Amino acid sequence: MTYDTALAALADPTRRRVFEKLHSGPKAVGDIAHGLPVSRPAVSQHLRVLKDAGLVTDRPEGARRVYYIDPRGVGAIRKWLDQFWDVALEAYAEEVKRSERKRR
Amino acid sequence: MNQTMTITPAPVRKNIRVNAPPQRAFEVFTAGIGRWWPKTHHIGASDLDKHVIEPRNGGRWFERGVDGVECEVGKVLLWDPPSRLVLSWQLTPDWKFDPNLVTEVEVRFLPDGANATRVELEHRNLDRFGNRADAFRGQIDSPEGWGGLLQLFAQAAER
Repeated sequence: MTYDTALAALADPTRRRVFEKLHSGPKAVGDIAHGLPVSRPAVSQHLRVLKDAGLVTDRPEGARRVYYIDPRGVGAIRKWLDQFWDVALEAYAEEVKRSERKRR
Repeated sequence: MNQTMTITPAPVRKNIRVNAPPQRAFEVFTAGIGRWWPKTHHIGASDLDKHVIEPRNGGRWFERGVDGVECEVGKVLLWDPPSRLVLSWQLTPDWKFDPNLVTEVEVRFLPDGANATRVELEHRNLDRFGNRADAFRGQIDSPEGWGGLLQLFAQAAER
């Protein structure tokens, strides 16, 4: 994977949202499309670009195909973890606040 | 041109300030992880009940699903309250536990004024995700991997 290709692939906001949907785990096209303002064929098209950029990959799961973040694209993994820890630490700080309020 | 290049990815570094002294911040991070870990992220088939970090060196870090099934996340590599915690993170990007993948998450709790803590988190050894991927690919290509199974299947189908 080259970083230029990956960055270019993620420059499109809709495509970035498609990619971000995979942060919580592998998903089928229908689940990815859910909540996005684009059609399933459009989502498939975005997934193809992300796959070509080495950001996502897929595997069959029963009758359907699921997409997940490509472990070979370490840059993509880093981005995934970077965003994951943002979300997690914010939730943690909130919990500290909540539990300190309870103690008073 | 055949280029062999190794890129070492920088660790993910985060810090956040919380309004509690280090002792409390450490407690909420570890004993209280079940109350703040995002429910959207889980390994098990069922919904996430909670995460658990066992409070000792070598302790388990695991999640428990609402169905009671426990899935490993990693281990406690260093338990040093209230200032330092090192965990191993052994989850692959498709959110599965892999005993051969060991990346480290270090969390430091630094006093910040009278009643606050600066929490610094570093997730490192990210290059191991790549190494693991190579090993995994090798496995798939080996005779014991999928290729071999498909051959057996083909032989059985032809009988």
